[in-house]
Amino acid sequence: MSFGDFLLQNLTEFWHLTGFYNATWQHLVMLVVGLFFIWLAIKKNFEPMLLVPIGFGMLIGNIPFNAEAGLEIGIYEEGSVLNILYNGVSAGWYPPLIFLGIGAMTDFSALIANPKLMLIGAAAQFGIFGAYMVALLLGFAPDQAGAIAIIGGADGPTAIFLSSKLAPNLMGAIAVSAYSYMALVPVIQPPLMRLFTTKHERLIKMKPARAVSQNEKIIFPILGLLLTCFVVPSGIPLLGMLFFGNLLRECGVTTRLAKTASNALTDIVTILLGMTVGASTQASEFLTAETIGIFALGFMAFIIASSSGVIFVKIFNLFLPQSKKINPLIGNAGVSAVPMSARISNNLGLEYDPTNYLLMHAMGPNVAGVIGSAVAAGVLLGFLA
Amino acid sequence: MKQRIILLLAILLIGTTACFAQGRRGLRINEVMVQNDSNFVDDYGQRQAWVELFNSTFAPLEISSVFITNDPQNPTKYPVPLGDVNTNIPRRQHVIFWADGEPTKGTFHMNFTLVPGKENWIGIYDADGKTLIDEVTIPADLAPNTTYARRVDGEGTGPDAWEVRDGRGATKYITPSSNNIIADTNKKVDMFADRDKNGFALTIMAMGIVFSALLLLSVCFYIISKIGERTSRRNKARSHGVNVKELSKEERPDNDSGEVIAAIVMALHDHLNAHDKESTVLTINKVKRAYSPWSSKIYGLRELPHR
Repeated sequence: MSFGDFLLQNLTEFWHLTGFYNATWQHLVMLVVGLFFIWLAIKKNFEPMLLVPIGFGMLIGNIPFNAEAGLEIGIYEEGSVLNILYNGVSAGWYPPLIFLGIGAMTDFSALIANPKLMLIGAAAQFGIFGAYMVALLLGFAPDQAGAIAIIGGADGPTAIFLSSKLAPNLMGAIAVSAYSYMALVPVIQPPLMRLFTTKHERLIKMKPARAVSQNEKIIFPILGLLLTCFVVPSGIPLLGMLFFGNLLRECGVTTRLAKTASNALTDIVTILLGMTVGASTQASEFLTAETIGIFALGFMAFIIASSSGVIFVKIFNLFLPQSKKINPLIGNAGVSAVPMSARISNNLGLEYDPTNYLLMHAMGPNVAGVIGSAVAAGVLLGFLA
Repeated sequence: MKQRIILLLAILLIGTTACFAQGRRGLRINEVMVQNDSNFVDDYGQRQAWVELFNSTFAPLEISSVFITNDPQNPTKYPVPLGDVNTNIPRRQHVIFWADGEPTKGTFHMNFTLVPGKENWIGIYDADGKTLIDEVTIPADLAPNTTYARRVDGEGTGPDAWEVRDGRGATKYITPSSNNIIADTNKKVDMFADRDKNGFALTIMAMGIVFSALLLLSVCFYIISKIGERTSRRNKARSHGVNVKELSKEERPDNDSGEVIAAIVMALHDHLNAHDKESTVLTINKVKRAYSPWSSKIYGLRELPHR
């Protein structure tokens, strides 16, 4: 072999390993989607904490390479760095850690002060089961339908946790769909809220919530854990961590732990979770007809969830005295996109009455939605796993 | 302090013992062959009677020091030897013990045999030699090369949970070191796919559970808030030196909200240009930082290498 042939052979082999040689149109589509997510996060400020890691993860996961070369670089290749980081998603231990952080960040006072708002959080879970029925109609198996339907809970960690147990092959699409719609909550929810409410209802002023004592705040996570997990033990990983985080926050003697859980730990896990979920959308696994179905179902689940929260409040109001009526604009907050959907309730309320601040009232159903979706995930896991 | 430490140690000890005991209780006798002429062969190439044990828990189970016996009067007849890594049974997995009366052949060869044509009782006892974990009586009429096996791995008690398997038919297969029920699909999912095609039943059940869980929580907190309210009113009344009824007359609950009070205070502040008198005393406190060698710069800087 001449020196020239030697060079040519090695350069040809190298060329076959490059992204340019291995690129397909599917890779390019996914790269564009990743760039779009990053653009949405940076330019439009849509959930940047989630969309930047997911979008960049998409770029990482969709760099074309020769999968048969055995370089152990792909997220689905056992032993690769990405695969090791992805274990937190596939084995389902990132979501409970995120829930620990959510618990340590969340103030449940609004819910404790007005416990009936918890029922709005329950009603919004109709989105999950509405989507479940439609997914069955579209031909998905019950376990896959359950995993897809959880998108309606508007809770990324819960969606990842449940899909990793019920339909691991669909997890990438489900996670990206859940986070995408969570980022699009400000676009999806307001038209629905306007559609299902009258002008008169939007102007309802709710009584300010009473002050909640420290003791009540401490009892809440303990009692919450015992009651919900006795009903749905399969929700222990999520609910256990959520309430544990909240106890760290409220007990007053573990401030350092609460700060770590709500800041450093949550940030670390969010980075790893977002990036690996993004990278799991490898074109060969992700771009299928099923993914399109999952996105469509996720969208529908979000619409049903948001609408059912609003409609439930309207029905609930029929049984409440005039002085205790609830503004149906907080019904959308029953989905657990915390605190985005509560902020939307507040903004829309202010649009119709600049003195009507609904934020604290909306936070009640919002955090109830977190509990509700975790309970719903536990129920689906119990029935279908 | 001493008492606290003793209390903590006691709790820890009780917890550990409880966990240990709970794990061992998950060990089950799963399938037994008394006369083996043409079936499973041991690691010496010989056919012997065998007893299959099953770890019915979802965690690995270490079974060394557990006793296996065929004599109720001698519960510690065969102690499972210590120090063999294979006695750690993975979750929901099986292990075979050979009843060949030759314990010198290795950990899984027991020091007793089973007798064909007679009832054979087999029991497993915990490390204390007293706590019976599981037992089974193999019927005397068990034919050669057939097994007495649990219908479902590790589940049920009494003779109804067991059946004779001769290796024929779709369900009567003999499965040494493997599941008694070979499932290629998830039964729960199949059931829902078959019985609940439109998902209506699951929706009703699941929404019922979600609503009940949150309703329960809601009711509990309603009760707690009422108790809290009553207690705080009682305390308030006591501090004012009046009874609760008199306090209710004086109170104007509608004006007690934080928002109204904040608005009044702001208005007064604006109108009167009110300002609290301040002490004008300047206090300088020493800033204390906890020292830790891990954060010390000394350990982060490396001396330049000497020639």
